[in-house]
Amino acid sequence: MYDTDRASRDVGMQEIKFSAKNVDVFYGDTHAIKEVNVEIEDKTVTAFIGPSGCGKSTFLRCLNRMNDTIDVARIEGEIMLDGENIYHPKVDPVQLRAKVGMVFQKPNPFPKSIYDNVAYGPRIHGLAKTKADLDVIVEKSLRRGAIWDEVKDRLLEPGTGLSGGQQQRLCIARAVATEPEVLLMDEPCSALDPIATSQVEDLMDELRTNYSVVIVTHSMQQAARVSQKTAFFHLGHLVEFGETAQIFTNPEDPRTESYISGRIG
Amino acid sequence: MTAVLLAFVVVAAVASFFLSQSRAFAVASGAPAILHSRPSYHGFYSFLWVIMVGVGLVIVLTVGPSMWITNTLLAKIGTELPDEPFIAHQLVLSDAKALATGAIASRTDELRLAIAADYSRSANFWNIVRIVVVIGGALAAAFLTHRSVAVDRRARNLTERIVRILLACMATIAILTTIGIVLSLIFETLNFFSKIDWQIHKFLFGITWSPLSGVHTGEMDADKVGAIPLFAGTLMITLIAMMVAVPIGLFAAIYLSDFASQRVRSIVKPMLEILAGIPTVVYGFFAAITVAPFLRGSGEALGLTVASESALVAGIVMGIMIIPFISSLSDDVINSVPQSLRDGSYGLGATKAETIRQVILPAALPGIVSAALLGFSRAVGETMIVVMAAGQGANLTANPFEAVTTVTVQIVMLITGDTEAETAAGPAFTLGFTLFCVTLLMNILAQRLVRRYRELYD
Repeated sequence: MYDTDRASRDVGMQEIKFSAKNVDVFYGDTHAIKEVNVEIEDKTVTAFIGPSGCGKSTFLRCLNRMNDTIDVARIEGEIMLDGENIYHPKVDPVQLRAKVGMVFQKPNPFPKSIYDNVAYGPRIHGLAKTKADLDVIVEKSLRRGAIWDEVKDRLLEPGTGLSGGQQQRLCIARAVATEPEVLLMDEPCSALDPIATSQVEDLMDELRTNYSVVIVTHSMQQAARVSQKTAFFHLGHLVEFGETAQIFTNPEDPRTESYISGRIG
Repeated sequence: MTAVLLAFVVVAAVASFFLSQSRAFAVASGAPAILHSRPSYHGFYSFLWVIMVGVGLVIVLTVGPSMWITNTLLAKIGTELPDEPFIAHQLVLSDAKALATGAIASRTDELRLAIAADYSRSANFWNIVRIVVVIGGALAAAFLTHRSVAVDRRARNLTERIVRILLACMATIAILTTIGIVLSLIFETLNFFSKIDWQIHKFLFGITWSPLSGVHTGEMDADKVGAIPLFAGTLMITLIAMMVAVPIGLFAAIYLSDFASQRVRSIVKPMLEILAGIPTVVYGFFAAITVAPFLRGSGEALGLTVASESALVAGIVMGIMIIPFISSLSDDVINSVPQSLRDGSYGLGATKAETIRQVILPAALPGIVSAALLGFSRAVGETMIVVMAAGQGANLTANPFEAVTTVTVQIVMLITGDTEAETAAGPAFTLGFTLFCVTLLMNILAQRLVRRYRELYD
């Protein structure tokens, strides 16, 4: 039923990148995330699946403290990145986000040139000393984003003029340009057509060799295709977490089974 | 009497609404669903016809006879007093009207008494005609529309058509008024230019402004209508105002949209908008009585001579007046930069300041520029502040501590001065037309920018 080719490939034990303990998230009076414990491995694609409103995007946004920008959001529990609590008062969310990149649901290139879009992160973090260094970073990032060949002749044209799939790959290139250790992707393909989706999925698999990739997706087929680990969220609870092949073929929890067989959600 | 007639028309209209509505229920014999139009539409149809016929007849039968009576009586006075000027005829007529209504006349003689008798006879006659025709017309309209109520009568469509026509009439009035004002500006301007023998360059580029200095001869001196001092004064005050308003307004907008908490925003934004509600005349005397002495005092302390009326005072206070425009428009524009762009920037590890400077401001720039342009065109047309705080003499100076004058101030002086209106109107209308052109251009430019900006995100 599900194609879990990549999932079954090399699922060797990797180092733990993120480790969440008893995480609760509140939006005002709404209890959005309840007691979530999860360990996310390095050099692995981890997929968060679940019905709309189950809290998977909210939890993803906890991992780089994007919820800080929402006034009413409140987080309890601890999330360790490489053994350090990212919610410790000492941690600067700005530095954290440079380490934990994010790609959003809707492609959101800045109204700047393609070059400036990719160079944005390296510039603000001072990653390039000279213009030549910056050129190298931009080219390398666009190549990693699998979009270099399409845009190399028009780097100075606005990024907003690209097609939706190209824009999303540009945003991925922009995110990898800051050399993050983790890449969070919030439904990165929901605004894309099947061809662009498959390009982005191939890209995720490649990115796995360097990064820990976490994606939120509504498409169970996509989760099965690209991820090695899958977490199923339901009503703010993390119901089940394990190897993708096992979740999709032999889930332990009856709610997981209902969801992947299409009976709920 | 007119008020009573109008009241009757309204009462008749309301009554006919209910009569037609209940007749509609009656013809439906208990099943209103078989009617083409709901009963209330039959009511509205009657109501609208009674109002239109009644009010129309009141207007026609009030204005028409009054004009007719005036003309016939003036003609009669003309035959009695053929040697006297027309203005004397009018005086006789107004005396006669005063006598007829029991008010005090300037003089009483046989002619006046005779005309007064004529007047009251005609007025009474037409008054009775008016009452009869208005009541008759309104009742006829009520009766005919009431009788027309039937199951398949398309009252809804007819009512909607009448309403559409009425709405179109209102829109036409608004447009015609605007066109009328612009046309009168253009005609008076052309008239003025013809008086200076079409030496338009002397108006646009001359540096001496003293248009009324030779008016006793009835001629305009083309060498004394150079408007450059006024343009220069307007420009200087406007620039000072923009230098005050743009930074303060823009930074306030940035603070409000990206830094202030919801609570602070809900308090500060309305307070800032109160500034926009202060009448400009208050700003004017605030400038003249509070700011001007303060600036003169501080100037003296620094060894500068600041005139009590100066471009600086007017400019600063005008800038304060414009702050809410700039801040509130910029705030809207900055808020309409999509949250996804902010998220994208924060997600790359950018700070708030970097996000604002490198993503939000460039994206919002066209909108901010158009906000500034709208503020500019308001400053150019502002009058009360400059009348009180900038001065009246047409000096050509680049020193902001001296008194200058503006286009609007000169228009006020020309129109409120004691020169007769026909002479003063020429230069005033021409200045007004120039102002209108500049403001229009600015507004068009601003709207263009806003539209281009919208296309970027929608």
